[in-house]
Amino acid sequence: MTKSNDLTRLSLADAKKGLQSKDFTVKELTQAHLDAMKEKKDLNAFVLETPELALEQAAASQKKYDAGTQGPLEGLPIANKDLYCTKGIRTTACSKILASFIPPYESTVSQNLLDAGVVTLGKLNMDEFAMGSANMNSYFGPVINPWTDKEGTKSYVPGGSSGGSAAAVSAHMALAATASDTGGSIRQPASFCGLVGIKPTYGLCSRYGMIAFASSLDQAGPLTRTVEDAAMMLEAMAGHDPKDATSLNIPKPQYTQNLGGSIKGKRVGLPKEYYLKEMHPDILKKWDEAKAWLLDAGAELVDVSLPHTSYALPAYYIIAPAEASSNLARYDGVRYGFRRDADSLDALYEQTRSEGFGDEVKRRILIGTYVLSAGYYDAYYRKAGRLRRLIAQDFEKVFHECDVLLSATTPTPAFAFGEKPKDPISMYMNDVLTVPANIAGLPGISVPVGLSETGLPLGLQLVGPALSEALLFDVSLVLEKASNFLSMAQEKGNKR
Amino acid sequence: MNTKTPDHPFLVQGQTGPWEVVIGLEIHAQITSASKLFSEAPTDFGADPNANVSFVDAAFPGMLPVLNAHCVDQAIKTGLGLNAEINLFSVFDRKNYFYADLPLGYQISQFHHPIVGRGSLEIQLPDHAPRTIGITRIHLEQDAGKSIHDQHPQKSHIDLNRSGVGLMEIVTEPDLRSAEEAMAFMRYLRGLLRYLGTCDGNMEQGSLRADVNVSLRRPGEAFGTRAETKNVNSIRFIGQAIAYEIQRQMAILESGGTVDQETRLFDPSKGETRTMRSKEDAHDYRYFPDPDLPPLVISQDHVDRLREALPELPQEKKQRFIRDFGLSTYDADLLTMDRDVADFYENALKVMDTVNAQTGKMLANWMMGDFFAALNRDGLAIKDSPVTPQHLAKLVQLITNDVISGKIAKDVFGFMWESKHDPEEIVKEKGLAQMVDPDALKPIIQEILQANLDKVAEYQSGKEKLFGFFVGLAMKATQGKANPALLNQILKEMLKGQ
Amino acid sequence: MMITLDDVQKIAWLSRIRLSDEEKHAMKDNLSAILGWVEKLDQVDTTGIEPLSSMHIPEMVCRTDVCHHTPMAEVITQNAPEKELNMFTVPKVVE
Repeated sequence: MTKSNDLTRLSLADAKKGLQSKDFTVKELTQAHLDAMKEKKDLNAFVLETPELALEQAAASQKKYDAGTQGPLEGLPIANKDLYCTKGIRTTACSKILASFIPPYESTVSQNLLDAGVVTLGKLNMDEFAMGSANMNSYFGPVINPWTDKEGTKSYVPGGSSGGSAAAVSAHMALAATASDTGGSIRQPASFCGLVGIKPTYGLCSRYGMIAFASSLDQAGPLTRTVEDAAMMLEAMAGHDPKDATSLNIPKPQYTQNLGGSIKGKRVGLPKEYYLKEMHPDILKKWDEAKAWLLDAGAELVDVSLPHTSYALPAYYIIAPAEASSNLARYDGVRYGFRRDADSLDALYEQTRSEGFGDEVKRRILIGTYVLSAGYYDAYYRKAGRLRRLIAQDFEKVFHECDVLLSATTPTPAFAFGEKPKDPISMYMNDVLTVPANIAGLPGISVPVGLSETGLPLGLQLVGPALSEALLFDVSLVLEKASNFLSMAQEKGNKR
Repeated sequence: MNTKTPDHPFLVQGQTGPWEVVIGLEIHAQITSASKLFSEAPTDFGADPNANVSFVDAAFPGMLPVLNAHCVDQAIKTGLGLNAEINLFSVFDRKNYFYADLPLGYQISQFHHPIVGRGSLEIQLPDHAPRTIGITRIHLEQDAGKSIHDQHPQKSHIDLNRSGVGLMEIVTEPDLRSAEEAMAFMRYLRGLLRYLGTCDGNMEQGSLRADVNVSLRRPGEAFGTRAETKNVNSIRFIGQAIAYEIQRQMAILESGGTVDQETRLFDPSKGETRTMRSKEDAHDYRYFPDPDLPPLVISQDHVDRLREALPELPQEKKQRFIRDFGLSTYDADLLTMDRDVADFYENALKVMDTVNAQTGKMLANWMMGDFFAALNRDGLAIKDSPVTPQHLAKLVQLITNDVISGKIAKDVFGFMWESKHDPEEIVKEKGLAQMVDPDALKPIIQEILQANLDKVAEYQSGKEKLFGFFVGLAMKATQGKANPALLNQILKEMLKGQ
Repeated sequence: MMITLDDVQKIAWLSRIRLSDEEKHAMKDNLSAILGWVEKLDQVDTTGIEPLSSMHIPEMVCRTDVCHHTPMAEVITQNAPEKELNMFTVPKVVE
């Protein structure tokens, strides 16, 4: 193994230590990742690479280390999901309709990371407008999961919509990545790619400059290889933003300094509705193992019930498309992006949008338009809003009985290309365990805990009450430590 | 007095009998604010194309609206001025439709829960009893950009400077019964908004415009089908549009046809309305709560504070003017409808030595007479008048203190308008003060009588009509400066004594 | 819920998305299936339950009425597929 490869194996936290103690330079660290990006181009994780910018940032970061004025994430190479508008750098949401868009502004989350000192490697592939669960809906083509089974013959999906982010971090092309989660788009790819992914409380990270899919559900969050890294990233990304009226006005969170608190006496809820018939047996096994680990750490286990759970996914598939149908109306070929000219304005709109959007995006726009249209609003959108309140109330009640909920992140491990039925509803079922947290605006984290019989990563999900991220990190650390996932995976896992 | 109330509506006589005209207005009033409703871009009128546009206003990806607190206060103040309910909980909705000058593909508006509920505004036409017109609601919404059609034969140009400017949509009940009433309502509303400082009322710049709903019905019957004429931007055009609609709809109904419920446009060059070519009825706006904006919650305390800080409004001021300055209802109405006019009047009264029914009335007459005529003639706003309230007050005092006559005062006013000078100085400079010394008048009168001994004889033999003849000669000789009362007295005495 | 080709046509027009006949048929089947599936919500009696639409932020936080300098018109229009005189251009609109 070359030195360059060693550097990409570091966690965010260890890389920072190495830079601080001058074991290596920011340039060396950055170059190692740029080399890895070249080497693993076939995964199609990046849709835009910015090596020159990265090296410029690296030089500036090195000066800060030399002067002792480094920021909390100084010189650490990361990459942004192509949903975050980056000033002067093409941002597309992986849609043809934005394929040439260069934002004249920076998103708050990516700006917060720049302010913390990161080096940015480029923009990451994703499902078009974050709509998808396999990263098969990108204008720039699918992303391939760095993991494969023991035989190593098949190609697997990385999950979605943050498939590029997950593949890049999992394949050691970036130390960490930004992602976003509307119905599971951070946690599901984390689970498929053996990563830690946290969707924080709605409103913790600003949505300013993050291209909207469904405004009341979208939340920014990181994908990392360790729990500590997730805490470091989220700490930098979060913070009140007066430019977002849905941003929570609370002091900037401090996760890293208190990380690793005891979970003794914490009550871990086991929601009975999250045991699904279609659940993969390997996942059920891991879930049981995790219970034992938590008991060992001094936690209590409580059986709980969230009676409206099964309505979360259908409610989601009304609310999210409804908001999306309106959010995506601005892509009309007039002020930016793709345009197909025509001799009337309406024809221009129709042709631009028909050609500019992919099938899944069009499908969701049409569903959203339908459920909001005259005569159907009450039966669909308003009904879904009422269910949303019932689901949120379920969580409120259950958090009197327990402190966090433990479940699987997804019903199955990653699936191979071509092995999933193509009908939309089967694909939507991927999000069945992750969607409730979005519906209620609660924080959820996926932690890798082991491999399936076939050798694919498996993740478990923790969901807590609003602003319980610190507790989620502490419980996650217990799972991370007990599962010993990283060393185990290095030994037994099969990566491309 | 000929009173017309809803029970005895203003009727239009058709060939087949009388029709009642039913009018409701939806008024779009641009909120007076420095920045836009949801962005920090300025609202200045007349900037270069797309110079006042933020990324939010142009609906760039990832941009989010943040509500302007001042615009909320402006809507609350307007509601208070219209005696309306203020809704402490209101919600912003998205109204979804595609249009060239609507960058988001939706307009942020308030549909289900507007910020202001029911209210009313009293109006009065000359020779009519006052009428109370119901206000249905006021809601906050954003303005659209502007499409410019005259730059290119095949293309429209889009300027987004107005995109996102805050509007109040003020909706009336269908309580108006004639074009005159609708026009009067607009004048009263415009005056009120200007008092409140919530809208500058500048119709030429589009700060105030109305959608006009007109329908006809037989007296006592249910409402007929209405046609809506969009975006009429002057009070005169509102009158013309209604007059045209009344004739158009009456012709349709009287020939047995039915009026289409449709959206129409007003063509100012023809004074006519016409069907919009783009089909509005194909719309389905799909309103739903804007997920970028939490509900707007206002405290009663805040509303109370705004209420306490309201200026005196036209209705109260009108009653005070009637009570304190001896004005008729009509005069008080005219002087209070516009805040600048009322301020001018009160500022003038402030510098007068004595304020009573006589001086108050005389000042009012001067304002509504020569002063307004001069403003109209020169096309000036009252703020730009060359005659200050202080100078006009002095002029009135020169009359009431017998320094000059009313007739001379008209000349003095002319000089004031031209020179912006103090009337006292003008009178002094030009020697226009009245002759009030009998010893100075007597020799002049003596001379006139000597020169007209035949007429004196006629007068003395009973032809008393000749008195005016002598007055005229005396005025001519004194260049109009003789104090009329004194002149009359001396002339009478001297004619007797001849 | 079975939706018709006319429904598909209507919502495609409202969405300004043009569909070929083949796409319309496919969309009709897709949408019917999805809408049929979400009708599961009808199993729950939600009488008296207020819809929930905003998370954690019960009230609007407003900004003060202060202007901030806006980008140059050239920047606002720099991404435009077609522009002239610092304005966006579209096929002529008839009102």
